Amino acid sequence: MSKKIGDVILDLQNISLRFGGVKALTDISFDVREHEIRSIIGPNGAGKSSMLNVINGVYHPQEGRIFWHGNERKKMEPHMAAQQNIARTFQNIALFKGMSVLDNIMTGRITKMKSNFIEHALWFGRAKNEELEHRKKVEEVIDFLEIQHIRKTPVGRLPYGLQKRVELGRALAAEPSMLLFDEPMAGMNVEEKQDMCRFILDVNDQFGTTIVLIEHDMGVVMDISDRVVVLDYGKKIGDGLPDDVKNNEDVIRAYLGAGH
Amino acid sequence: MPTQANYAALDGLHTFPRLLFNHARTRPHSPAMREKYLGIWQTWTWSDVAERVRALACGLSELGFKRGDNLAIIGDNRPHLYMMMAAAQCLGGVPVPLYQDAVAAEMLFVLQDAGIRFAIVEDQEQVDKLLEVRDQLPNLEHIVYDDPRGMRHYNHPFLHDIHELMEMGRIHDRNHPDFINGEVEKGHYDDTSVMLYTSGTTGKPKGVCQTHAAFIAAAQGGVQVDRMGADGDILSYLPMAWVGDHLFSYAQALVAGFTINCPESGDTVMSDLREIGPTYYFAPPRVFESLLTSVMIRMEDAGKLKYKIFHHFMDVAKRCGADILDGKSVSLGNRLQYWLGNLMVYGPLRNVLGMSRIRVAYTAGAAIGPDLFKFYRSIGINLKQFYGQTETCAYVCMQPDSEIKFDSVGRPAPGVDIKIADNGEVLVKGPMLLKEYYKRPDATAESINADGYFLTGDAGFLDEDGHLKIIDRAKDVGKLANGAMFAPNYIENKLKFFQYVKEAVCFGANREQVCAFINIDMGAVGNWAERRGIAYAGYTDLACKPEVLELLRECIEQVNADLVHDTMMADSQVHRFLVLHKELDPDDDELTRTRKVRRNFVAEKYKVLIDALYEGKANQFIETEVKFEDGRRGKVSADLKIVDAKTFPIAKKAA
Repeated sequence: MSKKIGDVILDLQNISLRFGGVKALTDISFDVREHEIRSIIGPNGAGKSSMLNVINGVYHPQEGRIFWHGNERKKMEPHMAAQQNIARTFQNIALFKGMSVLDNIMTGRITKMKSNFIEHALWFGRAKNEELEHRKKVEEVIDFLEIQHIRKTPVGRLPYGLQKRVELGRALAAEPSMLLFDEPMAGMNVEEKQDMCRFILDVNDQFGTTIVLIEHDMGVVMDISDRVVVLDYGKKIGDGLPDDVKNNEDVIRAYLGAGH
Repeated sequence: MPTQANYAALDGLHTFPRLLFNHARTRPHSPAMREKYLGIWQTWTWSDVAERVRALACGLSELGFKRGDNLAIIGDNRPHLYMMMAAAQCLGGVPVPLYQDAVAAEMLFVLQDAGIRFAIVEDQEQVDKLLEVRDQLPNLEHIVYDDPRGMRHYNHPFLHDIHELMEMGRIHDRNHPDFINGEVEKGHYDDTSVMLYTSGTTGKPKGVCQTHAAFIAAAQGGVQVDRMGADGDILSYLPMAWVGDHLFSYAQALVAGFTINCPESGDTVMSDLREIGPTYYFAPPRVFESLLTSVMIRMEDAGKLKYKIFHHFMDVAKRCGADILDGKSVSLGNRLQYWLGNLMVYGPLRNVLGMSRIRVAYTAGAAIGPDLFKFYRSIGINLKQFYGQTETCAYVCMQPDSEIKFDSVGRPAPGVDIKIADNGEVLVKGPMLLKEYYKRPDATAESINADGYFLTGDAGFLDEDGHLKIIDRAKDVGKLANGAMFAPNYIENKLKFFQYVKEAVCFGANREQVCAFINIDMGAVGNWAERRGIAYAGYTDLACKPEVLELLRECIEQVNADLVHDTMMADSQVHRFLVLHKELDPDDDELTRTRKVRRNFVAEKYKVLIDALYEGKANQFIETEVKFEDGRRGKVSADLKIVDAKTFPIAKKAA
């Protein structure tokens, strides 16, 4: 398989993030290239989720600069991230449990809808055409993730692995150029993990989506990532190709020495 | 009566491609195929299908496909795969559908045996399987795939997207407009139209070559018996390699001209069934059983009033529903009640099951329990059984409307001649017999006798109304010491109709009386025990409980009471039985992978128990080694009680 990895699209320079006196991230720099699968790993409390939240605009680092497609990013809110085509999934599933799979995925299209609330409520004018068009996109996502059989099932009734897949579906419905995963395999059994890996690789391969991934499971990360960043106690202790990281002594110490 | 010889006369429509193009000519805008794509049902009319088949046939010919070549077809039921079947037949080739869930190594034998040069597969998964064994398939030249997903990085020159093939074919068709018509004209009803492989439970699979004439005869017979028209719908969801699917979804669809509907995926069959509401439906007994179970479980959770209404009208249905369906005379009171029940219960229930429009539903492949069978018939679903095998286009016996018996497979179908051999084996003759086994003249000669009858290998008899009853595989049928027929499978099936009995093995060949091993159904018996407050620690413990043995004794005595009325089987009443201390398991070689009992192996392994049964002992200790799924071994031991069951005096002998 040949894959074209493009230029740097996200560049984080000397990021530090504090919550009061707690240093969550200290002087971290790394970049993400277009079309790659970039993983952030580290033991519990290493600052992985904080890092993701910085990328996503949920947290605002006190120090450091962020460049998105070469332009420095000022203070950004999460909805602006969505408008910039960055989508994410959550560590704890954040779906609407009472709504069907179809409707949940439809919510991923919300930033693309132009018609207003009243038009939607009356299903009138452009709202109608728009919905049909969005529904088609949603169906493509359903087809892609092979969840046709649960299209109309309320999400709350699905097993965990499938809920995760639906969450991925909602993120995909936004047609993101960058997709952030927060521990997509946590709590899954082996088969569900394999499925999820396959979908992540397929998304990356078919749509060219850049993927930033936080994961605990070293085996999974090493298999699917192009490059890996390792964090420990808010500091970067390794960065590079999976094989290099695997043999990095600091990384081994952080994982084995710290009891993980 | 349709016979092979007079096909040349029937409007010249004696091959499947001719039938297809005739539909496209006479009713171009009627729907021929539907498939759900991106959540919406897409329809192809007969003229759409004909156009695509033409394009595919021309494309195949461009790739070098010639008369007599075999085309492997691997995938779920997809319209393009059915079209490919017709395309191969247009060129005088032979489609060879394979079971799509087999792993590459299992497909290898068929692919080699059929000398496959061309394959059409559904998707990346199947392409990968073929690539895996490609070095062992020197003849394989081209693979065409239907679904391009995930195929972007495959750049082997022998891989083709089906749309690419169609485009190639359309150009060819424009340049040589007479080519396909000429090829179709060359097709003869006596050519092999399809090759279906037997499952190979006994030895290597054999390729059964069926002619156009044979399948058209079988399809016409079925269409005639069930009066099927061009306005029907069928849901095509069973493997394309299975003879039944080929008969229903291909042969009958082309003969009668009804619409085939391909489900979105294997997991959506039930919801697709409801959306399509087919008029014609086939399912193995276990599907009907699980549908019924899910209905019953949901009724348990229903409100009191609904629960009462449901059960009241189910009693009405039980009383007179089947008779109304059969057109027998039923009292006015019952008719009124049934009418009301239809309004309130049966109609909505049929709708939920996706069976509102069903004219005929078929089941076959395994014995169906009488209660299950009667349930569907009583709520107005015309459920019937048929009998046949790959070698006879799945067309030997059918149950005609209003002559339904749950324990027979019906009368010989139109044009079929049945004879019972001296050893009880069913012999069949008719226009639907196989032409030959592919490259196996020895097997062909063995299976057809001097008078042209095919040896089915099943034992059976014709009852007083001329209905065929299948009792067992002929090789399993033996005789009791007093000379009466002993068909173990027949008795075992009767036992297995009880929900508490998972598996049964009967012994009795050359012995005075019949004895049985029973495996209890852990789910059903466990549930039964819990409701009675009987504590148990596991399968072995539960199987040894005196209450459980008592429960099974009642089941067996019911079977005995039933058997005594059976003229041929009255001597086969079960005298003694025991409940095995472990479940029979394929991992221990006691069952085949398709979960059939390996009778001789079991008899040998548990010889000590059989001896105990016949020596009249009251109990017997046994210890057995078992293999666990992860490869570990362990031992199970128990002291098994042997129970005597009541038998009934045989009426004829007493009189």
